[in-house]
Amino acid sequence: MAIVDQQRDSPIDLTGDVRRRRREAVVKALFFAAAAISILISVAIVVALIGKAWAFLTSIELNQLWGNGWFPRRGRFDLAALLVHTMMVTGIAMLVAVPFGLGSAIYLSEYARSGVRRVLKPTLEILAGIPSVVLGFFALQFITPNVVRGLYPGAQSANFLAAGIAVGILTIPLVASVSEDAMRAVPNSLREASYGLGAKQWHTSLRVVFPAAISGIIAAVILGISRAVGETMIVALAAGLNGIMTFNPTEGGLTMTGAIANLAVGSDQVAGDSAAFQSLFFVGLVLFVLTLGLNVISGRIVRRYRQRY
Amino acid sequence: MTANTAVVTTTDLVRQSIEGKRFSPFNALVAFALLFTLLSSVVILVTLLADTIAAALPVFAARGFDFVTASLSPQAESAGIWQAIMGSLALVGFVIAVAFPFGVAAAVYLEEYAPDNRVTRFINANIRNLAGVPSIVYGILGLFLFVEILMRGVFGASEGIAGRNVVAGGLTLAVLVLPIMIITTSEALRAVPGGLREASLAVGATRWETIRHHVLPVAIPAILTGSVLTIARAFGESAPLLLAGAQLSLFFSVSSDASFADLMLNQPYTALPLVVFNFARQPQAEFVSLTAASIIVLLVMLLTVNAAAVIARDRYERRYR
Repeated sequence: MAIVDQQRDSPIDLTGDVRRRRREAVVKALFFAAAAISILISVAIVVALIGKAWAFLTSIELNQLWGNGWFPRRGRFDLAALLVHTMMVTGIAMLVAVPFGLGSAIYLSEYARSGVRRVLKPTLEILAGIPSVVLGFFALQFITPNVVRGLYPGAQSANFLAAGIAVGILTIPLVASVSEDAMRAVPNSLREASYGLGAKQWHTSLRVVFPAAISGIIAAVILGISRAVGETMIVALAAGLNGIMTFNPTEGGLTMTGAIANLAVGSDQVAGDSAAFQSLFFVGLVLFVLTLGLNVISGRIVRRYRQRY
Repeated sequence: MTANTAVVTTTDLVRQSIEGKRFSPFNALVAFALLFTLLSSVVILVTLLADTIAAALPVFAARGFDFVTASLSPQAESAGIWQAIMGSLALVGFVIAVAFPFGVAAAVYLEEYAPDNRVTRFINANIRNLAGVPSIVYGILGLFLFVEILMRGVFGASEGIAGRNVVAGGLTLAVLVLPIMIITTSEALRAVPGGLREASLAVGATRWETIRHHVLPVAIPAILTGSVLTIARAFGESAPLLLAGAQLSLFFSVSSDASFADLMLNQPYTALPLVVFNFARQPQAEFVSLTAASIIVLLVMLLTVNAAAVIARDRYERRYR
């Protein structure tokens, strides 16, 4: 019998038979291969971006990258205009997402009873599940005529304000949920100590819990910025196609993602191996490096703050 | 844990007994302001839905369900979204077939097998970073890896749609959601109590037997909920498809006698959110209500799936905590 045989070999051998161990090794190798795919994806992204971005940079004069606007089919690649427009949309988005996202987070973490929480938290989750192209339509058809033109009647039909507000709405749930997690991780002893000293609830939540969670909250905002910089469909619909740098938020213009989208579709549509087509990869590379940098910084901050408590 | 009943924590008791019944106007003002920020999201959501429904009503009133089943067309009066719905379902099929097995397998490795060493930490950090890469960058990846290298290079697709097929689009979306799939599955596995694993290993089960018979059965509801929400995200995603090969015109024809393989490899496709984008870009006023109607169809499909997943999760959480 198997048990007797095994006992004769080694009475304390618990590793099981060869077949079982081989199966174990195969399964483990398969699962490792699945996990390793994520590294292949990263490599593929970098290869895809760098190859043609380099081809683009070597095929143009470097002074084509600055000034004169973004008109890829005419050989004018004004990266500065794209960066300025991206920063404007992102800035407006943060003016919306930071107060509303953080306010929601403080309320959900410090004020809301569990019943209220159970009703209101899913609303944020539903908002987070709305496809961005829907918010782009909302920006075009509702925010521009009713909000932006209410304040600035002369605003262009595609403008940075409407696009920025819509991107901000899209970012609220992200900022809210990450910073709520940060505040809920603050130990209760801090709150109790604050109440014990006679502090009111507003004082406890805004002057004790909020500062205690500040690194997590900063990480949430950085994550929000990264998300806003990379948002495509809203700006493709609602931010306009102007390639000339402008600082006026009631006008529209191409952002980095808007320029990429417009190279794939619309008036800048290109194909083949022209410099205009390759510029798509170059802008993609800039976008990738920028958002990766923001995400890495945000992750660092989160991890450092986790170690403190 | 008793998460269900209205919990009164020690903190609440301390606060209440110290604050007593004294009313502080400023305190109430802050509470109101914070509630206002939260309720704004509700107002925005309601406005968005009401505005879209109002704009969509003429289409549904005039054409009813015909709008859903009619073909794409540049004529607003007769345009429908049938190809887009089919295209989206095909894309989601690829996401389920590719991202779900690989995502779960990768998460099982990282949570159940991986030793805590440099390689594991690198893979984990890499997955977190991939989850933050903008979706349009995945579109560039899809254009390069799946359309240019796989379809044109390996399979030699050069005529017709030249490799801009639904397989390339589906693989692009699968790669896009893979990191999110891994992260949600990892969370589900982490929630399984360690005692379960130890008990199983202690009676002589191997790692794989432990995972298969004890860890996965407990984690599977949470894994499925997370996966459904992740796949719903792929359903609403359109930016990567701009580059990864979906049709961007208002009209294209699919030959009616195409075989399944032909449909997958040689016929043009588009997706529902992308049709929303294309309709929304049209300058003519008739397309506004058409866009809104497409959005309603998109949202109904998305919200049904999302709500089902969230309700299932809540019920599950209540039963097992």
